[in-house]
Amino acid sequence: IDYTGTDPSSPCNKCLSPNETPCVCTINFTLEQSFEGNVFMYYGLSNFYQNHRRYVKSRDDSQLNGDPSALLNPSKECEPYRRNEDKPIAPCGAIANSMFNDTLELFLVGNESDPTPIILKKKGIAWWTDKNVKFRNPPGGDIPLEERFKGTTKPVNWVKPVYMLDSDQDNNGFINEDFIVWMRTAALPTFRKLYRLIERTNDLHPTLPAGRYYLNITYNYPVHSFDGRKRMILSTISWMGGKNPFLGIAYIAIGSISFLLGVVLLVINHKYRNSSNTADITI
Amino acid sequence: MGRQLLNRRWQLHGWLIHNVSSYFVSPSELFCWTLEEPQGREGAAGEEFGEKRGYAYESKSDVHFLLRNPTITLLLAFLPLLLVRTPEGNIRLYCKGADTVIYERLHRMNPTKQETQDALDIFASETLRTLCLCYKEIEEKEFQEWNKKFMAASIASTNRDEALDKVYEEIEKDLILLGATAIEDRLQDGVPETISKLSKADIKIWVLTGDKKETAENIGFACELLTEDTTICYGEDINALLHTRMENQRNRGGVYAKFVPPVHEPFFPTGGNRALIITGSWLNEILLEKKTKKSNILKLKFPRTEEERRMRTQSKRRLEAKKEQQQQNFVDLACECSAVICCRVTPKQKAMVVDLVKRYKKAITLAIGDGANDVNMIKTAHIGVGISGQEGMQAVMSSDYSFAQFRYLQRLLLVHGRWSYIRMCKFLRYFFYKNFAFTLVHFWYSFFNGYSAQTAYEDWFITLYNLLYSSLPVLLMGLLDQDVSDKLSLRFPGLYVVGQRDLLFNYRRFFVSLLHGVLTSMILFFIPLGAYLQTVGQDGEAPSDYQSFAVTIASALIITVNFQIGLDTSYWTFVNAFSIFGSIALYFGIMFDFHSAGIHVLFPSAFQFTGTASNALRQPYIWLTIILTVAVCLLPVIAIRFLSMTIWPSESDKIQKHRKRLKAEEQWKRRQNVFRRGMSTRRSAYAFSHQPGYADLISSGRSIRKKRSPLDGVIADGTAEYRRTVES
Repeated sequence: IDYTGTDPSSPCNKCLSPNETPCVCTINFTLEQSFEGNVFMYYGLSNFYQNHRRYVKSRDDSQLNGDPSALLNPSKECEPYRRNEDKPIAPCGAIANSMFNDTLELFLVGNESDPTPIILKKKGIAWWTDKNVKFRNPPGGDIPLEERFKGTTKPVNWVKPVYMLDSDQDNNGFINEDFIVWMRTAALPTFRKLYRLIERTNDLHPTLPAGRYYLNITYNYPVHSFDGRKRMILSTISWMGGKNPFLGIAYIAIGSISFLLGVVLLVINHKYRNSSNTADITI
Repeated sequence: MGRQLLNRRWQLHGWLIHNVSSYFVSPSELFCWTLEEPQGREGAAGEEFGEKRGYAYESKSDVHFLLRNPTITLLLAFLPLLLVRTPEGNIRLYCKGADTVIYERLHRMNPTKQETQDALDIFASETLRTLCLCYKEIEEKEFQEWNKKFMAASIASTNRDEALDKVYEEIEKDLILLGATAIEDRLQDGVPETISKLSKADIKIWVLTGDKKETAENIGFACELLTEDTTICYGEDINALLHTRMENQRNRGGVYAKFVPPVHEPFFPTGGNRALIITGSWLNEILLEKKTKKSNILKLKFPRTEEERRMRTQSKRRLEAKKEQQQQNFVDLACECSAVICCRVTPKQKAMVVDLVKRYKKAITLAIGDGANDVNMIKTAHIGVGISGQEGMQAVMSSDYSFAQFRYLQRLLLVHGRWSYIRMCKFLRYFFYKNFAFTLVHFWYSFFNGYSAQTAYEDWFITLYNLLYSSLPVLLMGLLDQDVSDKLSLRFPGLYVVGQRDLLFNYRRFFVSLLHGVLTSMILFFIPLGAYLQTVGQDGEAPSDYQSFAVTIASALIITVNFQIGLDTSYWTFVNAFSIFGSIALYFGIMFDFHSAGIHVLFPSAFQFTGTASNALRQPYIWLTIILTVAVCLLPVIAIRFLSMTIWPSESDKIQKHRKRLKAEEQWKRRQNVFRRGMSTRRSAYAFSHQPGYADLISSGRSIRKKRSPLDGVIADGTAEYRRTVES
């Protein structure tokens, strides 16, 4: 569901140049089929070159690993997002600075007039290795997170500093999963990142029954300036991953070509085998 | 009888041992042999022999002497005479030479003349190379007189050679015969076969020797360079041909004949085997190497006017052009013949002939020789081969390759040379392909990353790709690959032409491998791209991140290039297989290592790909992508290769296909040969000449082997089997 809002008829159009922050818009949509099993909610961005070389290098992994010296003295790669007002930025770098900060909420419009919010789980969306090995908060043990980040300032484009990303201490600071997911740069300019999980309730009811829904968006993230687009994607998965016909089509195509080629070569081999047995070696 | 004769004389006159050098024929074996007989001791040649017995060793230029009595002083040593002063104060002259020449100079009253002649005849019938030795006592007065004349002649400014010859003639009179010696000089084993095999491999063989013409011709027949139906042309015959060609060219092009585009009319009417036998002096004449007379230069020493100077340079240039044209004509003519034999050539001329061929014919030259007189030629040729033998190690030391027998040349060229060429070409083609496939992925990726030069692989992978992941298989292929076995290579010399014609690595092949690399890189990039466009992972975590993408492409690349070299290998050994699968295994091992948690703790900034390998490669989707990529890269190669081998098989392909059958034939033939031993026909070889500077041994392969028993039988009994084969 594209919610960029460039189209004037789109409800999110008003958020392109908001007169009030935060701007909230709502998009209605209908699910034709019900979604079974675990459902995954993604946000997708287009024309956003997260694979640009300068962008990819603009991070400090030591700082993100919780190294106290790197916390106060971020690496030079982060320039120009390294220091702000003479204080080191934590987390530094362009990747962190451009973190996606829209908030999406999903509501099911049921028979009753009251829409039911769908429970969105925000933990378990990042890789285990990322959360537990690569990203660590600065050491401190019992000291509150704010103390540990003393002496640093928040990235320029952020609203809240890093130690206030979530009230849950296990999801705060550098190990905030949304942050981690964002920091894992995408390969292509059109990508999607996992936002929330919708867990399976029980086997009797589908996770997302067919029907009308509406999406509540807190439109913070500006993409209009670089002609980008924003989307929300809901998806189920199978053993092979999500819906992607490319591989299937490719396999079938290559397979049939190979088969034809095999038949052709078999014929040629047969024809030439008979003639070459009698051929003499002329040298 | 001859033995006792020699025995006595040698004891009287000291032991002269000449080291084998350019201008001496008498090799050390000769005297060792003689000395061995009376003492019955084994002896190594020359110096070792002398040193063992404690003789004084004195050397003067090329001649080395072992003098039993160290008080004998050396007066003069020049080839092939020797003047010494004995301890009693007498002066003696020793001389050696061919029997024909020596016999003219002998004193009338030589008692042993007839006996020696008989011995010589027996030696000749044994096809031995004979030498006569003689001496003379000289009065002091006579010597002084002669010495004066000799000094005058040696510093003569004009016609030095003739003057010296005259002086030699004066003293070489009335010599007393000492005796005769003979050495066995047989053609090495396998020379005819080698020569015929090499000519089947389209290699032209020229013989450059210092022997006289008849000897060289005999040798040519003996080693099957010339056959019964070969038409032999001598220098004089082709003089006319060259002259007319020169005239034609001059008429066509005016003064600067060399600017005329070469017309490819053959010198000879086609058909027939033709061989050319020319002498060194003819070479000199025909190739205008003679120096301009000094008188001309003296006249025009100071060109007065500009005009004169210009004329002089012009005439010089004209002369140069004419010389070049003549040389070119000669090389063209010579190359039309199947064999060329140059006799009576000096070492300098040998080098000149090689140089001519190098310059005027775009061919690679190989010179093979075994004596110090071949060193020039060996150094001039592209490849120099020295045969290590009894001549000493000068040839070996200045050569690129050396071995002990001439027949090893066929193995060097047809087996190892050919393999080396094929290995090199395969190596180069594969290397270019592999690197293009690796690098051009970035080119395709740049379209999708904002042209920002973002690498499509992890940095460590880029470092280790050429170092570890793909180097070992290609190295082993370059060292060990054989497209046909060695026995089959020798059996089919025609396989060699592939290297001569540059068929396996030329511009076309290079561009083909380049194109192959480009296509592979395209496939390597675009298939994972398509797979990653819309995908999510198995547990919902989107694996469409950059690091997984890099891992996918890298894995596909490694597997593809390693399997590609597997397809290129024609000779599988355990090491090859191990290196290919080992490289792949090494890649995965190192990758998991670098992506592990442990190393990230140690070096967080250096190893940023933590967890990628385990996370990405856990997904079956990624594996399916990799498999598809590898298949799409390799299947066309297999198809094309199959088609080309079936429809347009090359010679080596055909041989490979039938190798089992050929191997069985070989076994059967070998079993037959065991019961038959070939008899090599020998032609009598009076292969000795007396002139200084030309006394040379056959340089196209010889060995001196001490063979005592037959000679013992011949001389001791006084009877001889006449095995004289008739010369043609």
